[in-house]
Amino acid sequence: MKRRFLNNDKTFDRVVTVLVTIILIAIFYPLFFIVIASFSDPTMIANGKVIFFPKGFNVEGYEYIFQDKRIWIGYYNSIRYSFFGTLLALFITIPAGYALSRRDMKGKKVIMMFMIITMYFQGGLIPTYLVVKSLGLVNTPYILMILGSFSVFNLIITRTFYKSNLPHELQEAAEIDGCTIGQYFFHIVVPLSKPIIAIIALYYGVGHWNAFFSSLIYVTDNKLYPLQLILRDILISGQTIDVTTSDPEVIERLKQIARTIKYGVIIVSSLPVILVYPFVQKHFVKGVMIGSVK
Amino acid sequence: MDANIVTDTKYKNIDRKKRSKNLKYIKKTWMLYVFVLPAILYLLILHYFPMYGIQIAFKDYRVTQGIIGSEWVGFQHFAEFFGSYQFWQLLKNTLILSFYGLIAGFPMPIILAILLYYTVNKKLKKVTQMVTYMPHFISTVVFCGMIFILLGHDGIYNQILHNLGFKGIEFMTKGENFRHIYVWSGVLKGMGWSSIIYIAALTGVDPQIHEAAIVDGASKFQRIKYIDLPTILPTIMILLILNLGRIMGVGFEKAYLLQNNINIEYSEIISTYVYKVGMQGGQFSYSTAIGLFNNIINFILLITVNRVSKKLSNISLF
Repeated sequence: MKRRFLNNDKTFDRVVTVLVTIILIAIFYPLFFIVIASFSDPTMIANGKVIFFPKGFNVEGYEYIFQDKRIWIGYYNSIRYSFFGTLLALFITIPAGYALSRRDMKGKKVIMMFMIITMYFQGGLIPTYLVVKSLGLVNTPYILMILGSFSVFNLIITRTFYKSNLPHELQEAAEIDGCTIGQYFFHIVVPLSKPIIAIIALYYGVGHWNAFFSSLIYVTDNKLYPLQLILRDILISGQTIDVTTSDPEVIERLKQIARTIKYGVIIVSSLPVILVYPFVQKHFVKGVMIGSVK
Repeated sequence: MDANIVTDTKYKNIDRKKRSKNLKYIKKTWMLYVFVLPAILYLLILHYFPMYGIQIAFKDYRVTQGIIGSEWVGFQHFAEFFGSYQFWQLLKNTLILSFYGLIAGFPMPIILAILLYYTVNKKLKKVTQMVTYMPHFISTVVFCGMIFILLGHDGIYNQILHNLGFKGIEFMTKGENFRHIYVWSGVLKGMGWSSIIYIAALTGVDPQIHEAAIVDGASKFQRIKYIDLPTILPTIMILLILNLGRIMGVGFEKAYLLQNNINIEYSEIISTYVYKVGMQGGQFSYSTAIGLFNNIINFILLITVNRVSKKLSNISLF
């Protein structure tokens, strides 16, 4: 019965369209709602009036967000950690990925083994913490730049990219011309690496921007809090109110717009990713495809 | 050593030749080793040094005495954990969340990839791809914040239900709902991104096979069943092995952030417990022992699944 029904290509197309639309709405609607709610009147939201369009246009939530010092500190820290962290990550990953992609590198199998083991077996939370602590990196900005600046998975993606995109003949030609490996890498390989650098930078950058666990563990100083920890306080612990204000009137008003603040803070914190998204989206499939080739 | 001293001149020459060849090789390629050095240092310091520290699971770690100076206690911490009243609860929660997550989450990207691949309307296909990838880039903190706001007592879904004349659902105030929320929100967040790899695999199917099938009068549904699925099976198997190998590693972040007094009975898993005991409670050795137990089970699972898969289908990771 069902099989015959699906074996009709026209019905099949219709079923596919309906299912895809359902999935699309299920994922799109919550995101859409957050956006419209952040611009709406909090009482309208509370009464269930805001469903498809913003009602009672209101940016008070955003005003409070931009006055909140915590957000700015968090933003500054997150940008700092993400920028330098990604830079460091590229510095570690790209040359290593290139070296391990070369046919003439001896011992690369052993090195790959050494790396892959860490994907499946880890020291765990406390032993890692003890190492970081003994290096004197706890409660410093450096640890948040260093942690997450190398992933074996990204290295494999990079290596695969070089294996399949750099013809061996190119290397041979350069060698005949008397090019050293360093010269070859910086003058020929790096200029040809734009796509992989873009993809890898995106992966690491998003990872650093969204990192929560490492900052939860290694940073206790408020001044070093990245945005994600501040967001935790606002979104999960419900500390919408900036602790520095004591004016009862302000606090009363804040309680009312607490909800819009939450919506707004979601938008504000995701802004960098939203802005970059349209530019890099078309590279996703390519990036994952590179990674999937074993 | 003596045996290595070769007096024969002929051998001596070969030896010298070899050595000069090696020297030449090293002279030529030393740069490559400089290239991998930062990566090796990173792993050495942040992954291998901690592995050395695992021994505190078998010791009574005291900060003043350091890792080496602390006293050995054998399997005492493990015994304590297995005997504790929380052990079964933690194991159960961890396993349920992982397996439930796997059963619900693993097929969805495959289904989505096939659906997208067979979507006739190109615009719909493009928009859906763009939107379904997006949640992958939302941080766990923001994502959990969204869950709290949207599924709360007066969240949007309850508002819609009220507007339609239904009774609201207490998503967040019933502990047993935690598992469903955890798993299904994870499915929504990850399915788009995970589908990319299957879309890539589907694009790799030889179009001639499809053409031949069309000539033979095969319907689209039959083509999926007899051409697409068998072709992407190796990809599916590899990802399944990888996912099974991570079965005990249910994300700390999401469980921790969604945790509260109401759902703690369902939401406390090994990773959140390790954090609480170790970082908040300061019981370093005990916490490390629990983490190690988790790690070992994970490792055994990975190897077993890999071996089974190798026997059954000749597909394996290593």
